[in-house]
Amino acid sequence: MTGPTSILVVAAAADGAPNDLSREMLALARRLAAETGGTVEAVLLGEGLGDSAAELIAFGADRVHIGDGAPYAAYLAEAWLPALIGVATASPPAVILIGHDTMGSDLAPRLAFRLGSTVATACVEAEFVDGRLHATRPCYGGAALETLSFKTGPCVLMIKSKSQVALDRDEARAGDVARLAVHDQPTRVRIVERKIAAASGPRLETAAVVVAGGRGLNGPEGFKEARELADVLGGAVGASRVACDLEWCPASYQIGLSGRTVAPELYLALGISGASQHMAGCGGAKTIVAINNDPTAQIFKSSRFGIVGDCQEILPPLIDELRKLKRVMAAF
Amino acid sequence: MHIAVCVKQIQDPEMPAALLRVNDNKMMLASSVSPVMSPFDEQAVEAALRIRDARGDARITVLTLGADSARQVLKAGLALGSDEGVLLSDPVFQDPDSYTTALVLSRAIEKLGDVDLVLTGRQAADLDAGIVGCGIAELLDIPAITFARDVAVEDNVVRVARVVENGTEILEVLLPALVTVAHELGPTRKASLRETMRAARKPIAVWSAEDLRLSADRVGALGARRVLERLTIPAKDIECEFAAGDTPEAMARNLARRLFEANVL
Repeated sequence: MTGPTSILVVAAAADGAPNDLSREMLALARRLAAETGGTVEAVLLGEGLGDSAAELIAFGADRVHIGDGAPYAAYLAEAWLPALIGVATASPPAVILIGHDTMGSDLAPRLAFRLGSTVATACVEAEFVDGRLHATRPCYGGAALETLSFKTGPCVLMIKSKSQVALDRDEARAGDVARLAVHDQPTRVRIVERKIAAASGPRLETAAVVVAGGRGLNGPEGFKEARELADVLGGAVGASRVACDLEWCPASYQIGLSGRTVAPELYLALGISGASQHMAGCGGAKTIVAINNDPTAQIFKSSRFGIVGDCQEILPPLIDELRKLKRVMAAF
Repeated sequence: MHIAVCVKQIQDPEMPAALLRVNDNKMMLASSVSPVMSPFDEQAVEAALRIRDARGDARITVLTLGADSARQVLKAGLALGSDEGVLLSDPVFQDPDSYTTALVLSRAIEKLGDVDLVLTGRQAADLDAGIVGCGIAELLDIPAITFARDVAVEDNVVRVARVVENGTEILEVLLPALVTVAHELGPTRKASLRETMRAARKPIAVWSAEDLRLSADRVGALGARRVLERLTIPAKDIECEFAAGDTPEAMARNLARRLFEANVL
């Protein structure tokens, strides 16, 4: 392969440590680097990043470029871009991976265009075919898949959460750390206020079971039953956008295009119609089970098991039955 | 102030996915379903109208890139209350990618001359890419704020409530700026009969590559930076098994049993 060979991961931190998606992207970066024969580089900007560089190395990075300081306390494209452009031009990568989240969506198009290239968003798969990178992404609300290649470089890909499996943490892995000079870049956009909800209960993104409620739960009371069911199954509670908009549950519960992406073993959709913007957040679940009073609801098209009925009537006996079963299973 | 809203005509995303057909790597238009304005773009138009409602002095231009049939989406924008339309249409614009789309739209916004605020939907509801909005800002070298659930303009300051994963950010920026609008903006207004009739008399300009001083090799498929290798509709081999039973209790019992038997608990 001629030209650049390294793979650059634009990592992001949550509570001072690289987030799950950054770890997942490092695994993909390692796979791609095995094809190009290049290194896996990671860049991380933030404040109070502590041992994040060591974490990124343990999950697959060969070199970490870290910018730790007050100007990077909260994400702003104008503050981030000069630092990222600096890293990407000092040693041009073949591929740049960025998380498909609100930060990546804001950052990646500008980064890619400024580097003279373009970006493929929401990618679920990437591989080299005859030396050319092919990126595959869902479109048409998840009904179709398109595979794209690039005429320009670097190939910038935004990677969908949960589409990749992180490598096991390997403390023995060695890597370099390069500290970036932190510049207090004047920005035209100013953050006035951030209202971020604190997480509670098992984390939605990592729970093996997610019980999600929608309009069919008929009110905040329905979410108490959803919580009970989740507790029986050891799962987390999520919601559709409608339920969040109606304030039946915290906004942080939202699963979908503008909310969280989950890929649990079991996804129970209670009174959720299954609009494509919701499925974008849970389509990766291994088994979907739906309860909905509308037999034609879209959600049944993605479900392996279903009940046509009112959640209010089905949930109490279902919680009882599952509690009994769990007790029996625990006895064996 | 002058607000430019970029809109895209797409197949109705509410149509059943079963009607989607791919032929030769292209999504075929279902003849039984009329094309519509991408819903996120409807929300961008709504955001512009709300700004005008609050200020009174805003002029709104809707722009689209497409064939002559895309005129329809401009008429929809005009019927909602926009003042004028610009159709960017030229055979050389065909089969653009996000980059060439953003390039043509940014040149058109420059040609308008006095645009203070550019609004787009967060992404088009067909390809779900979400590149063009920020891409236009990059090409115009103006600041961008994404995923707005609320946009207000006071004097020359835009204040945006931005949707993030677990909450909201309040951001401010001086004009000129670009804002992409999320569906969290809320319900949009419908065109009234009066506005629809007025819309018929509103001007629609048609600009070609030459009008925008863009050579043919820079736009459309030729100027595109990405290649579409393949477009497919994956077969869904999933068949929903409905739990049997005459009563909620019986259905619940059967579902629990089947979940246990299928090893998903």
